[in-house]
Amino acid sequence: MHKKAMVIGGGIAGIQAALDLGEMGVETYLVEKGPSVGGRMAQLDKTFPTNDCAMCILSPKLVEVGSHPYVTIVSNAEVLSLEGSPCNFRVKVLKKPRYVDEDKCTGCGICMSKCPIKIPDPYNKGLSQTKCIRIPFPQAVPAIPIMDKETCRYHLTGKCRVCEKFCEVKAIDFEQKEQVLELEVGSVILACGSQEFNASLKNEYGYKLFPNVVTSIEFERILSASGPTSGHVVRPSDGKEPKRIAILQCVGSRETQAGNEHCSAICCMQAAKDAIITQEHLPEVQTAIFYMDVRAYGKGFDRFVDMAKEQHKTRFICGRIASVESNPHTDTLLIQYITQEGIINREEFDLLVLSVGLEPSESSMDAARRLVVFMDTRGFLETNTFRPVNTTRPGVFSCGSISGPKDIPESVMEASGAASAAAALLGELQSKEIRFEYPQELDIRGIPPRVGVFICRCGINIASTVDVPQVVEYVSRLPGVKHAQELLFACAQDSQKIIKAAIEEKGLNRIVVSACTPRTHEPMFQKTLKESGVNPYLFEFANIREQCSWVHQKEPEKATEKAKDLTRNSIVKVVFAEPLYKETLDVKKEALIIGGGLAGMTAALDLAEQNFQVHLVEKEKELGGNLRHVHTTLKGEESAPILKALDEEVNKNPRIKLYMNARIREISGYIGNFKTVLDPPLSEIEHGVVIIASGGEEYQPKEYLYGEDDRVVTQRELEDMLNGSDKSKLSSLATVVMIQCVGSRDDERTYCSRVCCSNAIKNAIKLKELNPRPAVYVLFRDIRTYGLKESFYRSAREKGIIFIRYDKEEKPDVHKNSNGLAVDVRDKILNKTLAINPDLLVLSAGIIPNPENKLLSQFLKVPLDPDGFFLEAHVKLRPVDFATDGVFVCGLAHYPKDIGETIAQARAAAGRAATVLSKDTIEAEGKVSYIREERCNGCGACVEVCVYNAIELDTEKRIATINEALCKGCGACAATCLASAIDLKGFRNEQILEALEAI
Amino acid sequence: MQEFEPRIVAFLCNWCTYTGADLAGTSRLQYPPNIRIVRLMCTGAVDTIYVLKALIEGADGVLIGGCHPGDCHYQTGNYKARRRITILKKILNRFGYDEDRIWLRWISASEGKLFADTTAQMVEELKDKGPNPIKQLWMV
Repeated sequence: MHKKAMVIGGGIAGIQAALDLGEMGVETYLVEKGPSVGGRMAQLDKTFPTNDCAMCILSPKLVEVGSHPYVTIVSNAEVLSLEGSPCNFRVKVLKKPRYVDEDKCTGCGICMSKCPIKIPDPYNKGLSQTKCIRIPFPQAVPAIPIMDKETCRYHLTGKCRVCEKFCEVKAIDFEQKEQVLELEVGSVILACGSQEFNASLKNEYGYKLFPNVVTSIEFERILSASGPTSGHVVRPSDGKEPKRIAILQCVGSRETQAGNEHCSAICCMQAAKDAIITQEHLPEVQTAIFYMDVRAYGKGFDRFVDMAKEQHKTRFICGRIASVESNPHTDTLLIQYITQEGIINREEFDLLVLSVGLEPSESSMDAARRLVVFMDTRGFLETNTFRPVNTTRPGVFSCGSISGPKDIPESVMEASGAASAAAALLGELQSKEIRFEYPQELDIRGIPPRVGVFICRCGINIASTVDVPQVVEYVSRLPGVKHAQELLFACAQDSQKIIKAAIEEKGLNRIVVSACTPRTHEPMFQKTLKESGVNPYLFEFANIREQCSWVHQKEPEKATEKAKDLTRNSIVKVVFAEPLYKETLDVKKEALIIGGGLAGMTAALDLAEQNFQVHLVEKEKELGGNLRHVHTTLKGEESAPILKALDEEVNKNPRIKLYMNARIREISGYIGNFKTVLDPPLSEIEHGVVIIASGGEEYQPKEYLYGEDDRVVTQRELEDMLNGSDKSKLSSLATVVMIQCVGSRDDERTYCSRVCCSNAIKNAIKLKELNPRPAVYVLFRDIRTYGLKESFYRSAREKGIIFIRYDKEEKPDVHKNSNGLAVDVRDKILNKTLAINPDLLVLSAGIIPNPENKLLSQFLKVPLDPDGFFLEAHVKLRPVDFATDGVFVCGLAHYPKDIGETIAQARAAAGRAATVLSKDTIEAEGKVSYIREERCNGCGACVEVCVYNAIELDTEKRIATINEALCKGCGACAATCLASAIDLKGFRNEQILEALEAI
Repeated sequence: MQEFEPRIVAFLCNWCTYTGADLAGTSRLQYPPNIRIVRLMCTGAVDTIYVLKALIEGADGVLIGGCHPGDCHYQTGNYKARRRITILKKILNRFGYDEDRIWLRWISASEGKLFADTTAQMVEELKDKGPNPIKQLWMV
């Protein structure tokens, strides 16, 4: 049995899967076909709905995966074959030549600067030029150049070898050959992603014919600070700033002529994001988005679209572009479009952005064929709703957009889920300590501070506002500073090398980085320090981006002064810093899972399979939660047998202890060592992690005569009828009306409940199948059958189901008249009010958060979002984690989602939990309080003030003592102590007071 | 004469207000550059000496920003801060010092706008108040 794994595809999904496996102690190969990992996310400018800079959140992951002791990146390589069976696979990998020796190259980039051949830069989608030998992008991992043989002058003419001449480490190898590696692994994860639709196939939009028609990914590069125009938004034809931009949705998606039938799931939000970002670059710009439905179905998405509409003056026009003409003199575009009211308009625009969809890529289909896993007719991997990360071949799992278009958090969730499944297959992992090899730490006792200061330009994020060279000049003259320099991206891997080299050359023993927020990047730099033998607490971060350059964009001089102050402040603080060491804590290898629905049961079984003891708490008398009301999936799979099997498995699994009809009374403790009191049985259990799977509920409508008239039901009630004994009643119906967005997307609950459109379509189709006679009307605002669900919307229309759009301002009117139930709705296409008399009115009631979330959030000290769902640590890259370590979330507790997504997230939560439970010990916080015994007079004020009971009074010595394992480092005791006997390490009074003098 | 530009020292808790200030950044909300932020783990760790030290070193105002009541990452740190700052303000008041130069505000991680607005408002009010009188004492 091979306790190793392989991840194929190095995009964000593959990276996350490899990192999770590595953290669980599984040695993992990450095979990437390109020269660097990072995938499409590396090309994005910002990410919705928080507008986080994509590279800023991705690059720490790149650095982490590039330096993880258990992850081996095999770049520029593809898989040829997979033989054998689960746990005993043999994989052949073809490693293509780079013409650069990866072991020798230092990534200095001199070859790139000397190479005389320019080629279109693939990273910038050909909008700018790069060299024939190049590092793909500044943050690339591995940061090793690749030579393009097709354009290399030496390869073509036999003369040149300039790169070889300048390479000091003799890493250029023109004779490098292909190499076939044979590797043995136990499980495989496919994460090869998807590709963008080729917009040239839709020639009516003028792509490649007119210079000012670009694709959404090209526009993303234009917006990016590291893009072809350094983030200046200009149109390609003349380099002028556009004033009017049109964005056309669904190019190559949701149509069958030249494109794909499916919805690409991400483009609506991408368009809203691009509109917002463009307006931030160019405040006067006017953006119009032409759409079919606004599919803002995720967490915070609707609010984001509202922001684009209201604060960023973006016009959303429901309609299609019929034709595009370009004025040959000005290259301005004349666009003719048809609105949903049927009006034909002509309007001039300076730039047209085509939102190109996602489709299966050639390389992912190749990989699927070589691994012999099945694809659907579209070319996406075939998956079962109840097994979202499994492929058709045992031992081979999948994640990300290879199995259908999806956004970053969905991909990351699946990645963690696939990693959990792949690790579970390998069985119990020898819970080996993950030991990073760090050099001996420098002893700085008696050595005066030698501070190194690194100021990040962050592309232009900082440098366009703050005069970075001036800050460098200023700080280099401050006492203690022995080295100061600027970096283009301090977080890039080559920057880490620069920092390490500076530490070594100049004997630096304390480091300050002035860049972004310490909340995301501090651990990465601390690791760099450790690798150089410097204690990671001899480090300070100055936040000159989020709290300076980004918020003072119009005052560059004052921002520069502020950047100087903040950096100087950090220098003073680091000069007074002391090395700190972390205590290690034992991990109780048991998990508490709150909620016995689909999510909780799935997570419990995954963890049990990995040999961890699970305590599963359910407040009801039976397991299953909302799944008990879902009879079939959209694809038609029956859920009852699955639920029964899950229930049995959970009940008979010896490692799962069930607590039915039980509630949480109290939770205390911290990662590795939680203590929870349950009621019943009013006993305390100890566990190392918590998974919140507390679920959600169906909204109980107060509108549309619900509860007043028997003919008004919810979708859930209709589904019960369709699958129960009431079927006969349904076959006599003549007219059915469904109303969407009941209790969703209104002023009280602004979010979209995500599943109701698919549910309505599922039930409508089922009604039609039962009896094709009745007229079925679906009154909707936007049909949100995202991704591969779109085909069911199409088939519903083919079955004669009628869809009528209504506005939030003009909701349908439901009343009773002599004919029975009456529904009046304004049809915009006909421009008339329709009066329908249904026998059955079905309300698509939304999903509301579990009302007990509030209490749980207080118990565990984890936050809720404004809608009452749990708020994860990071909406993009940490979708199941919290800022509080050891607590995870999945299922409806996080946000409304369908069955497949719930299972993927539950497996992800289990996988993330396993990264904790697989370790015997974890490191405690280093920044804890300590007592100077000689000053303590034993008054006990600190004991009173500590909520963690971490301080006790030693009655013999009459002084206080601190239990470092319990201390959370809040500092309340230090602020309380009148004798100044307590200090918080890392925030000592001396440090703060000295730093205040420097402000 | 050049307009008086007040200098604000802000003690922000790591979990709520500091994160809120970051959010103001990622949302590109513009506010005056008169503020210098000191990150602490919790407002409960704001020793009154820090506030006094900032004022003595010439800050025209001190902002203490923490989690809303009930939301403290360390359970009750913000209540401790509230008690301490209330007492400090009373004492300063006794000495005839304008206690409104010290602001204690609850700003959550999702309230980037509130942080930007609070800063802007504080700068405006301090401009009306003029420079911190302690600064002049030092000049004697």
